[in-house]
Amino acid sequence: MGTGAGSARAMAAALAVLLLACSGAVAVARAQDTERIEGSAGDVLEDDPVGRLKVYIYELPTKYNKKMVAKDSRCLSHMFAAEIFMHRFLLSSAIRTLNPEEADWFYTPVYTTCDLTPWGHPLPFKSPRIMRSAIQFISNRWPYWNRTEGADHFFVVPHDFGACFHYQEEKAIERGVLPLLRRATLVQTFGQKDHVCLKEGSVTIPPYAPPQKMKTHLVPPGTPRSIFVYFRGLFYDTANDPEGGYYARGARASVWENFKNNPLFDISTDHPPTYYEDMQRAVFCLCPLGWAPWSPRLVEAVVFGCIPVIIADDIVLPFADAIPWEEIGVFVAEDDVPKLDTILTSIPMEVILRKQRLLANPSMKQAMLFPQPAQPGDAFHQILNGLARKLPHGEGVFLKPGQKVLNWTEGPRGDLKPW
Amino acid sequence: MMKSLLPQSQLRRSSAAAVRSSGGGAAGADGAMADGGGAGPRAPASSTFWFLLHALCCLISLFLGFRFSRLLFFLLFSTTALYHSTTSSSSAAVLRATTTTTTTTTTTTTTTNTFTLSFAAANTPPSGPANRTALEAASSGNPQSHVVVGRHGIRIRPWPHPDPVEVMRAHRIMERVQEEQRRWYGVKEPRQVLVVTPTYSRAFQALHLTGLLHSLRNVPYPLTWIVVEAGGTTNATAAMLARSGLTFVHIPFPDRMPHDWADRHATENRMRLHALRVIRERKMDGVVVFADDSNVHSMELFDEVQKVQWMGAVSVGILAHTGTADQLRLSEEDKQNMPLPVQGPACNSSGHLAGWHTFNSLPFSGKTATVVGEAAPVLPRGLEWAGFVLNSRMLWKEADGKPDWVKDLDAVGENGEEIENPLTLLNDPSSVEPLGNCGKKVLLWWLRVEARADSKFPQGWVIEPPLEVVVPAKRTPWPETTTELPSELLDDKQEQEDRRLSRANKSSRPQGTTKRKGDPQGQDN
Repeated sequence: MGTGAGSARAMAAALAVLLLACSGAVAVARAQDTERIEGSAGDVLEDDPVGRLKVYIYELPTKYNKKMVAKDSRCLSHMFAAEIFMHRFLLSSAIRTLNPEEADWFYTPVYTTCDLTPWGHPLPFKSPRIMRSAIQFISNRWPYWNRTEGADHFFVVPHDFGACFHYQEEKAIERGVLPLLRRATLVQTFGQKDHVCLKEGSVTIPPYAPPQKMKTHLVPPGTPRSIFVYFRGLFYDTANDPEGGYYARGARASVWENFKNNPLFDISTDHPPTYYEDMQRAVFCLCPLGWAPWSPRLVEAVVFGCIPVIIADDIVLPFADAIPWEEIGVFVAEDDVPKLDTILTSIPMEVILRKQRLLANPSMKQAMLFPQPAQPGDAFHQILNGLARKLPHGEGVFLKPGQKVLNWTEGPRGDLKPW
Repeated sequence: MMKSLLPQSQLRRSSAAAVRSSGGGAAGADGAMADGGGAGPRAPASSTFWFLLHALCCLISLFLGFRFSRLLFFLLFSTTALYHSTTSSSSAAVLRATTTTTTTTTTTTTTTNTFTLSFAAANTPPSGPANRTALEAASSGNPQSHVVVGRHGIRIRPWPHPDPVEVMRAHRIMERVQEEQRRWYGVKEPRQVLVVTPTYSRAFQALHLTGLLHSLRNVPYPLTWIVVEAGGTTNATAAMLARSGLTFVHIPFPDRMPHDWADRHATENRMRLHALRVIRERKMDGVVVFADDSNVHSMELFDEVQKVQWMGAVSVGILAHTGTADQLRLSEEDKQNMPLPVQGPACNSSGHLAGWHTFNSLPFSGKTATVVGEAAPVLPRGLEWAGFVLNSRMLWKEADGKPDWVKDLDAVGENGEEIENPLTLLNDPSSVEPLGNCGKKVLLWWLRVEARADSKFPQGWVIEPPLEVVVPAKRTPWPETTTELPSELLDDKQEQEDRRLSRANKSSRPQGTTKRKGDPQGQDN
């Protein structure tokens, strides 16, 4: 009797304590202005990759990396600069190992996106040959490529359609991923579901946006957000798509035609000097696809706390397993663009405020940036975390001696020419 | 329009000459294949036939307005033509059979074609620019992907204009977002602002009070405007306050405002003290801001004063207004020592109050205005009240946490001594908090602009006819003209102008209303 009453009292006390703790936690959570971010892989944004993997960096001749940068230093500031900064980060990182026998991953520092036109656009025509030449070099010098045929190697290919090495989508699909890279892990900005150029197991990264430049344009966070929807960029690419309908699959043109008269939409093709400041005064920032579905606008929207409105069907966003993008951004199908104003104004208020709280989380902003020198939680670390999550390597990675999977003569004839 | 744009884009994007012209439909492609030496099995003899067919199809397409030939060829030559089909979007040797319905709308005819295509490319027939509804032809690429490469229609809804209900919803969203922002980054518990303004009825009162009124209406905190009026309350002032929409307290002050700047300064100080006593009596709670009616305040000032604990000081920009057209003739030495026209707290390197920065009036000595309305610079004296803010609890008889370096209000000004600046309210002036980034940010501007004390202005700024000019002011801007009304110059506009001017100058002639053309004289009504 006594024990029964005692245990009942104890249970009641425990319940009361639990309730109190819950309410306390809830009260604390509501008072915060940020929220923790948990993706499908768990709460992994702030993981430290040191100790979880080891990366060996091949020593390639400078013609593959340093000489290209020396030829044109614009490679360091355009949106494909991640490949160069990743190399520099890895060289001085704690996860680098000089002993290839203990390495989990092998990195080949070849800058395939550094061959620029006079106007600064990268030409991908030589990239397959450059990559092929680099792989030939490492497979002749070291045995590690041949023992796995590249399955424990990773390459950074930030160009428009990744390792398809072409800027035109139709040509890129035709080429497909470079045959030699079929077993390797690709770290790329491009991501679209069921697309030829997104290989299974790739790590999707954000494009490079200059962190210093963005930091100098910060305004006080109390500045009221008075623009409803903000966008600056092209709607029609008259140089390459004069008839319209090809560029952005017609989505950007649709945005313009439907909302050019709408005062809630601050959209134009201007290049204002206050672009970053304006984004910090906007509630929603449009991130529609262009010639490729990804764009630095997503990075800018996240850094400046503007909710990204992503208009790109089937897009795969950066670090999709670590960041729950559906909870942070608004996804609008390209077919639904004419109803964009209805969609945005009918989002419930709590959802909008929660998205802003998630965006205010500093680890979210840090995960999108490539600062120099690297800081904990930044995009470099997220890439390594992504690679670490793929460990340990599976069964098919190490080949039996004498087993060959890749066909070195596969692909268009032009690719086989040495570089 | 007939040509596909791919060749153009290729030419522009790169200098590679890989031109696969795909104009004019499948027939054109066949022709191109033949030209380019592709895998077409056509003999050269039949190339003229294809050329003629191509030309015919082009003409028909021109007439109809879309690429008729393509559809025709799909219908007739489905297998071979398709494999060599035009745009390059076919993935390498991948053909999938799909059923599609294509609706093409032209301006003259409506053609609906339903057919089955074994087709790996995606192309929609081109139609007019703007009003397209969704057009998709076929799926390409992988089986699961429904995202199509190629040309898409530009989807435009029939009425692409904002819906007022949605606009209101959007504004409500923005308001709520801004409220959240204020909650996170703004002032945690906004306190009421008590604005103390000494004023009196004169020509420039409406000008000054209107400006101040508009500034106060924009303050996002609860506000009470305490207006002390010299010479008792007047209807004009009361009317302005009532129209302002603010919560106000209109306090009469028995003495009239003197015409001398020095005396006016002293009277204003006494009026402010009177207001402080009223605050104390009524136990009003909030932050006291001294807003003189001719000063200009920034909105950041009101955000900043929320931070004050007991007494704070802000930087005031001093605008010493000369009033004359010619520049002040300063000596070289004066020019060098030209002061920063700012009054405010000065901090040492650790951010604590180290002293006061005041307006250096030496360069102006001897040239300042003494009488209100004189055309000479008006300078502040010592520390102006406008640069200080108080916590109203400092004035109460009893308040929690009231520091002991504050004098009791009753002890101040009792013996009729001069209250120069608010520091006399304190025993220890070093405890004043510097606000506005330690005085680095100037949050308001001090200005004294007045007309001559005897300037006439219409009561309440309402022109009630008739206006009687009893005594002309000595320095009216209008030139002296003849007082006669020349009747023979009635139709001359210039004369009308003169007459209006001369009427203003007349001392004894009563004023008419509007001057009707053709009337010999101004009429009395």
